[in-house]
Amino acid sequence: MEKNIILAGVGGQGILSIAFVIDNAALDAGFHFKQAEVHGMAQRGGAVMSHLRYGDSEIYSDIIPTGRADLILSIEPLEVLRYWHYLQPDGWVVTSITPYVNIPDYPETDDLLGELAAFDNIVMIDTAHIAKAAGNLRAQNMAVIGAASDLLDFSDEQFLRFIEVLFARKSEKIVAVNQRAFAFGRAAGRFFRELVDHGMPRLAAIKLAAKLAPETINTEHAAAWAEALGADQNKLEAVLAETEAVACDQAAAFA
Amino acid sequence: MKREILLGDEAIGLGAIHSGMSGIYGYPGTPATEIFEYVERTTKKAGNVHAFWSTNEKVAYEEALGMSWAGKRALVCMKHVGLNVAADAFMNSAITGTNGGLVLAVADDPGMHSSQNEQDSRYFAQFALIPCFEPRNQQEAYDMMFEAFDLSEELALPVMVRMVTRNAHSRAAVATRTPRAQNELHPDKEIKKWTLLPSNARVQYKHLTEKQPELLRRAEDSPHNELHLAGRSGVLVCGLADNYLRENLAPGHDLSILSIRQYPLPSGKVRELVEHVDDLLVLEDGYPLIENMVRGLFGLEGVRVKGRMTGEIPRTGELNPDIVRSALGLPPLVTAHVPETELANRPPALCKGCPHTDSFRALNEALNTFESPQVFSDIGCYTLAALPPLEAVHSCVAMGASIGMAAGAAHAGYTPAVAAIGDSTFAHGGITPLLSAVQQHVNLNVLVLDNGTVGMTGTQRSMSTGQTLDQIILGTGIEEEHFRIIEPTPRNHDANVEVMREELAFDGPSVIVARRECIEALKHQAS
Repeated sequence: MEKNIILAGVGGQGILSIAFVIDNAALDAGFHFKQAEVHGMAQRGGAVMSHLRYGDSEIYSDIIPTGRADLILSIEPLEVLRYWHYLQPDGWVVTSITPYVNIPDYPETDDLLGELAAFDNIVMIDTAHIAKAAGNLRAQNMAVIGAASDLLDFSDEQFLRFIEVLFARKSEKIVAVNQRAFAFGRAAGRFFRELVDHGMPRLAAIKLAAKLAPETINTEHAAAWAEALGADQNKLEAVLAETEAVACDQAAAFA
Repeated sequence: MKREILLGDEAIGLGAIHSGMSGIYGYPGTPATEIFEYVERTTKKAGNVHAFWSTNEKVAYEEALGMSWAGKRALVCMKHVGLNVAADAFMNSAITGTNGGLVLAVADDPGMHSSQNEQDSRYFAQFALIPCFEPRNQQEAYDMMFEAFDLSEELALPVMVRMVTRNAHSRAAVATRTPRAQNELHPDKEIKKWTLLPSNARVQYKHLTEKQPELLRRAEDSPHNELHLAGRSGVLVCGLADNYLRENLAPGHDLSILSIRQYPLPSGKVRELVEHVDDLLVLEDGYPLIENMVRGLFGLEGVRVKGRMTGEIPRTGELNPDIVRSALGLPPLVTAHVPETELANRPPALCKGCPHTDSFRALNEALNTFESPQVFSDIGCYTLAALPPLEAVHSCVAMGASIGMAAGAAHAGYTPAVAAIGDSTFAHGGITPLLSAVQQHVNLNVLVLDNGTVGMTGTQRSMSTGQTLDQIILGTGIEEEHFRIIEPTPRNHDANVEVMREELAFDGPSVIVARRECIEALKHQAS
């Protein structure tokens, strides 16, 4: 077994915190691992990435060869496009849909999400929405790990423990916020995949998921939502038109 | 056995601590900064390792050499271009030789991720006639520190450990050993060895050359230089390039391989390989140093030597597994079908609220009466002002070069000759050119951007900020009325433009200090 992951985002978004959690989980699980990162100039608001590799035999290269990445894990939607040529044919993308706009020529969000949604193996989550509900907008990175957790090889206990180790020196509250962001992210990722599996177009699925209250999201309601909305754009618009976040168990109300 | 997650740089630092190092010296520079930072952080409580950033790499090297003279072990660390600054002390330390172990950890930057060139420090090791280790991974980086310190003390020579960005900034688990105790103070009173008057230096240089067969023997016998003879196609691979080779090797491959991680180049092993193969691919991350040595001026009879000089590997840039794969003649790996898109770049930029932004906005406006003004800049965050939207600076060459180049342009009759330099870069390399310019009464304008820290590399301590900086500047003999201090804020914009215009109009040397704390440093203090 070998897993090769590209971590992507913008300087300051917390890529290295994601790396910390996975590195430690990999060591704890007895895997070999290497994780190359970018320091220095690029950290000032530039595109930042890290190559993270783990497996049960020796890892040689610090950099993932083109065509060997199993997963791109991105805190920012545009940054996915920068690296997806690294993906192997069955590779997956797990990404936030929250744009980080610090350049004048940033693409239109809908165009960008449309481009991403055309990719079969993708999990999209609204990290800003999730992190806010978890208690701190800075916890978006932990939401992304949560959404990717089913594609990784570690237990919940391992993830939560190393999130605690990472934030312990700050405060108990910050630990709890980040663990919550992880749990919400995982639920949102599973829910998104479930909606897609039930036939909902990916763009509709992410728009719906982003409208639901993160703390209520549960995959068991996915089938009901897929059935209630079907491919009817108007029904989706009705949900999106709600002023407040919608509870996940309310699918029937929009059927 | 304890296993720790360490960056390659951190593995160097911990290896040095566990080897009984008593002092670490250096100046911040990507990708070497984390060696020092790790040691500083982890030995702070015990307080048993001297760890204060030096003014520049030359000072750092000399301090390390002094500690070696006193009999203790010292590590001096820097980025590749830092070794240019330290070169005087470095080259001559090979002539004096050492007493306590002296190891130079230098991190090269192939591909220029954060540097102005990709020079290869192995040339410096060869130039100075000293041994060099080139670890291919974090564990070797840690382990080689023990060997490097021991070898330094056995041979009484400084020893280089060469890193590159990829292993400097990559993490892995490292198994650690029982620490060795530090050396006792035992100064070297062999005066002639340390006093390089020509008569002594000739003797010492002869000693150095006489040690060379022993250095070569060590490299020939080193377990880090592994020869595996198989088929008639050969690969000579150096340092971490070995990882890229292994990444691409199929089980049961038939290549003959010589992997090298300790120098001088073991010519015996190279000869064995060369005599066995018909063609030889040389893989090294950096300049084609070994490739050219093996090929020689006129080529190697009967063996085709391939590498950067023959096009199998690009002439410039960092190696990676894909390049090595292609050089081995293997087809590219299949990738997922993804649409090709034209992608907006996201270049690094000055932080929101950065004082440099306000300084350069004012400077741009003050200079707008000149046609195509030239601002000679230096190396730091403020170099980012070269990019849009500011486009306020027009050169970046070497630490401190802004002032020297502005002076030279002024000598040639160019006005206004403007230099922009940060407070720490000023301490590093700006004081001497300013002293020169003031003493010669050159018509130049120096803007010192005093944000109180070394910003680009992560807010390390600056040596000349605030009052210290002011006293140094005044100490050059500059006229007090042409030494101005401004606070770069949006609110002060008009007043700052006015100060700059006044000094631009003055025919002689002037210095304006723009003083406001780095907002990144403020954030660090808050957390």
